[in-house]
Amino acid sequence: MAQKKKKKNALLEHDISEELALDLMREMLLYRRFEEKAGEAYAIGKIGGFCHLHIGQEAAAAGSIKPLSREDYVTSAYREHTQAIAKGVNPNAVMAELYGRSDGSSGGKGGSMHIFDAECRFMGGHGIVGGQVPLATGIAWKIKYRGEDSISLVFMGDAAVNQGGFHEGLNMAAVWQLPCIYVVENNEYGMGTAFDRVSKTEMATKSAPHGVPAHVVDGQDVLATYAFFRDLADKVREGAGPQYVDLQTYRFHGHSMSDPVSGTYRSVEEVEQAKDERDPIAILGATLKGAGVLSQEAFEQMDVEARQIASDAAEFADASPLPAPEALYKNVWAEINPNGRLFFDGRPEQGEAS
Amino acid sequence: MAVMTYREALNAALSEEMERDPDVFLMGEEVAEYDGAYKVSKGLLDMFGSQRVVDSPISELGFTGLGVGAAMAGLRPVIEFMTFNFAFLAIDQVINSAAKMHYMSEGQFPMPIVFRGPTGAALQLSAQHSQACETYYSHAPGCKVVTPGTPADAKGLLKAAIRDNDPVAFMEGELLYNFKGEVPDDDDFVIPLGVADLKHEGEDVSIITHGKMIHVALQAAQKLDKDGIKADVLDLRTIRPLDMSAILETVRKTNRIVYLEEGWPYAGTGAQIVTMIQEEAFDHLDAPIIRVTQADIPMPYAKNLEILAKPSADHVVKAVNKVLYR
Ligand SMILES: Cc1ncc(C[n+]2csc(CCOP(=O)(O)OP(=O)(O)O)c2C)c(N)n1
Ligand SMILES: [Mg+2]
Repeated sequence: MAQKKKKKNALLEHDISEELALDLMREMLLYRRFEEKAGEAYAIGKIGGFCHLHIGQEAAAAGSIKPLSREDYVTSAYREHTQAIAKGVNPNAVMAELYGRSDGSSGGKGGSMHIFDAECRFMGGHGIVGGQVPLATGIAWKIKYRGEDSISLVFMGDAAVNQGGFHEGLNMAAVWQLPCIYVVENNEYGMGTAFDRVSKTEMATKSAPHGVPAHVVDGQDVLATYAFFRDLADKVREGAGPQYVDLQTYRFHGHSMSDPVSGTYRSVEEVEQAKDERDPIAILGATLKGAGVLSQEAFEQMDVEARQIASDAAEFADASPLPAPEALYKNVWAEINPNGRLFFDGRPEQGEAS
Repeated sequence: MAVMTYREALNAALSEEMERDPDVFLMGEEVAEYDGAYKVSKGLLDMFGSQRVVDSPISELGFTGLGVGAAMAGLRPVIEFMTFNFAFLAIDQVINSAAKMHYMSEGQFPMPIVFRGPTGAALQLSAQHSQACETYYSHAPGCKVVTPGTPADAKGLLKAAIRDNDPVAFMEGELLYNFKGEVPDDDDFVIPLGVADLKHEGEDVSIITHGKMIHVALQAAQKLDKDGIKADVLDLRTIRPLDMSAILETVRKTNRIVYLEEGWPYAGTGAQIVTMIQEEAFDHLDAPIIRVTQADIPMPYAKNLEILAKPSADHVVKAVNKVLYR
């Protein structure tokens, strides 16, 4: 009984309603099942290239994006499939993009690393480590410039804080007090390199030299993460200026589909222990079950629904046609200048830009 | 002769040169404990220790500049880019520091540094990860650009690049790493920079190319062979310095030229070479030179579009037929 109370207190403590908590569970289950489906599709060759799964980091996505409004902007790196879904991008469009099909969010041209959706204000999907950080700063610049009350939130991996662009971006955001939240999804490794091998200082210290306040959040605890970002987003909207978050998480799979889950850089035991102790779905599940808010039966029903959305997305993607060959030359430029001829390579059938 | 992969050939060149000269060190992302993102540096950490085989942070501009400084002060760095796509962050240090150093110091600071890694497209890696970058580097005087296409060339040219006293952009191919070929055993097998290699002989037409595209050219040459057309396939091996005499020789022999490259056409390597041929051998041409390149677009992800965008043997055959007026 005392235990139950404590679990219920977690909702009260974070001022999160039961419905919201259940929604967060639904979201995280969807992200997990979606990524598993993507992994399966990759294994049978439906998805190609690099494919970076977000499994293990579901709470980081749900907890930080779900408190945002539709008008807020989210920018990310290449581990972004489920962040896009969290921001409202249709899972079918994300999966079709992974499949390289015409109904994908970028018509099949971007692929796994380049999910964009202007309407949902999901600003990509960027493949160069750290490259998105100044972009998000620029988005925040526009918000301030126009006097809007949305905010810009950007994700990066822990390895990105060693890029110059990160520091340049934070410095400018501080100088101009831009409404931007810089979120390090700190999963402890950049590919096979543990963070402490490439940094002498702690993650939480990285923004201090620029005068950007730092926060450390347990990114496996979706309730804590949600409550934190809900409050922080409000503060930034009210003019608190840029913020920096060390969102601590862990990736359960390899860096990308072609990399081993563990290997020289981390042990099998380490991964297994993290799966046992730091699984965000299990953590929320224990809280909700303990509080009597979610029965095992209801949980399983939610999972069935999540699996259904994921497999529907895969089916949708598989049925979507390949991009038409004419798409090849489309959208290199927004405007076709009469002198802006593309093609200089002796392939006559490709003709002029269209 | 030993049969080895392109990857093993690069690895052998690195270990032999590091053995030979204690000033040579290797730095880059994942080169040490992970054995290299593409395993080119496999085993080198064990052989040479962590002072000479160094994992860097993901700070391309920083570790490239560090390499340039170390070279100014007398070391011979080999800087690995996980791929040249990520070297755009570092190109300022390559062009503004490395390539100009010797000139702007009036020869006081030679720049014995190698920047190496894969360039060009692999499979479905999309726009930001599929770029042939050689043109950016060959544009700048002071920088040398090397693009080996076979294991033997990879080994001989990397050894030459490391021994060279100028900055060398040494551009490999992700899709070449598993490619096997014969490599001379000799520890001192060095291929001088600036010497092209005729990879296939014919008299009807010349396909001039470099890097990974030699394999596309050879495929095209085989197809043409069946059609009774004999092609010279000239592998430039280095873009700068450029073996103009080998180019002129094949021009004078066949009088019909196709230039094949993986990169974009606009102001590409082929544009330069076509210009030089018409300047120096206009009277030897029986047809306008045609270039075959990647389509003039960022690389799309979708498999079918990617195939359309990449230069292929069929594109080359078509271009050959055109210069032969067939
Ligand atoms: C500028 C640049 N350098 C190298 C790479 C290759 N690369 C892709 S992801 C990655 C590791 C990044 O790790 P982190 O930032 O921690 O993000 P995570 O993958 O853990 O989400 C590297 C080295 C790249 N994409 N861009
Ligand atoms: Mg990481």
